[in-house]
Amino acid sequence: MMSAFTAILLRDLKLALRTGGDWLTLALFFVMVGIVVPFAIGPDRELLSRLAPGIVWIAAFLSVLLGLDRLFRADHEDGTLLLLRLSDLPLAGVVLAKLIAHWLLTALPLLAATPLLAVMLSMDPPAFLRAVVSLLVGTPGLVALGTVGAAVTVTIRRGGLIAPVLILPLAIPLLIFGVGAITTGPGPDQSGTALLLLAAISLIAVAVTPFAAALAITSAED
Amino acid sequence: MTLRQGFDPLILTATGLACRRGERVLAEGLEFTVPSGGILLLKGANGAGKTTLLMTLLGALRPASGRFAFEGVDTESAFIHFLGHRNAVKPHLTLAENLAFWASVNGGGGLSSPAALEAVGLGPVAGLDAGYLSAGQTRRLALARLLVTPRPVWLLDEPTAALDTQGEAMVAALIDAHLTAGGLAVAATHLPLPLRSARVGELRLDP
Repeated sequence: MMSAFTAILLRDLKLALRTGGDWLTLALFFVMVGIVVPFAIGPDRELLSRLAPGIVWIAAFLSVLLGLDRLFRADHEDGTLLLLRLSDLPLAGVVLAKLIAHWLLTALPLLAATPLLAVMLSMDPPAFLRAVVSLLVGTPGLVALGTVGAAVTVTIRRGGLIAPVLILPLAIPLLIFGVGAITTGPGPDQSGTALLLLAAISLIAVAVTPFAAALAITSAED
Repeated sequence: MTLRQGFDPLILTATGLACRRGERVLAEGLEFTVPSGGILLLKGANGAGKTTLLMTLLGALRPASGRFAFEGVDTESAFIHFLGHRNAVKPHLTLAENLAFWASVNGGGGLSSPAALEAVGLGPVAGLDAGYLSAGQTRRLALARLLVTPRPVWLLDEPTAALDTQGEAMVAALIDAHLTAGGLAVAATHLPLPLRSARVGELRLDP
């Protein structure tokens, strides 16, 4: 069963890397938001660094949501998803393998691109570090919630943007605490508490998602 | 093609089975039994519910009424192979990689990937990306998936679609070998399959 899990995980990574830079477009989108914002707001470094946590998270939030559709789409359309249901690995395990692969392919490049945003948004080194930790902790939850959305909409043809819209309200807490984990002021520094809450939401989402998404996939076909 | 070990005897029985797609009931009052070594051929016009019946048997759709059961098989572990319209072949993986993926997902235990590709006549192109294959070759690759992991039940939806005459004979030979090993099969097909097996049943679905 473990071999099935790793086989799915490795195949998803291999397919993504082999089909070219498709998965890099999200990281590019992430960087583009970071580049565009300073021009829109103006060269006020003070203001920029105050807005930076929010901008970093909005950019990450949107790029993760935009990538959701490809999570199950290809496997559904070529019949792979149906056959994966006939394997010994429970469907929840299949979903978890795909979730991890998707996180590695979409969220990890964002983390790697964060230094660029930090420079563009004139974040100081401690804030940059908090941003990386916040994204590292928050994006698994975001991808997990997105997985449920993608599973619910997988049978809808060209349902590309329905999943993001569907899970947007559920993902707002991640956004709030994600930004909270980077911001230190004004007032007492509560970034630590926010980070813990972010971790809690993220963990719950990752734990529940495989079962919810598996249920959505099985009932979608029926 | 006779390396496969025999399967335990099993039997598929359906009583008063009705299939539905969405809210539409497509076939009602189906009664059939398929024993080990037997094959049931589903006939009927397009839209008569052949695919729907196969999807019901593999557990993806719930029957509208009635029941069916596979007896004599451990239903806890996977025991069904499905060959549908969609071939579940990834164009960016080579043939060997496609097969190796299914071997590790389904557990392997049957023919090795090269042997399975040889058996469906794709041996020489094993290293090619599956995207370069013709429709018929892609179908052959999908068939090879059934050979790398032995499973007692084969549900085949138009198994000879896109295949040439030689391919049709190959499918028939593969099914015969599967039945001889004690497996059972349900196949939706328009073309007569040149099967040698004696236990061939036929079920006609009316729209």
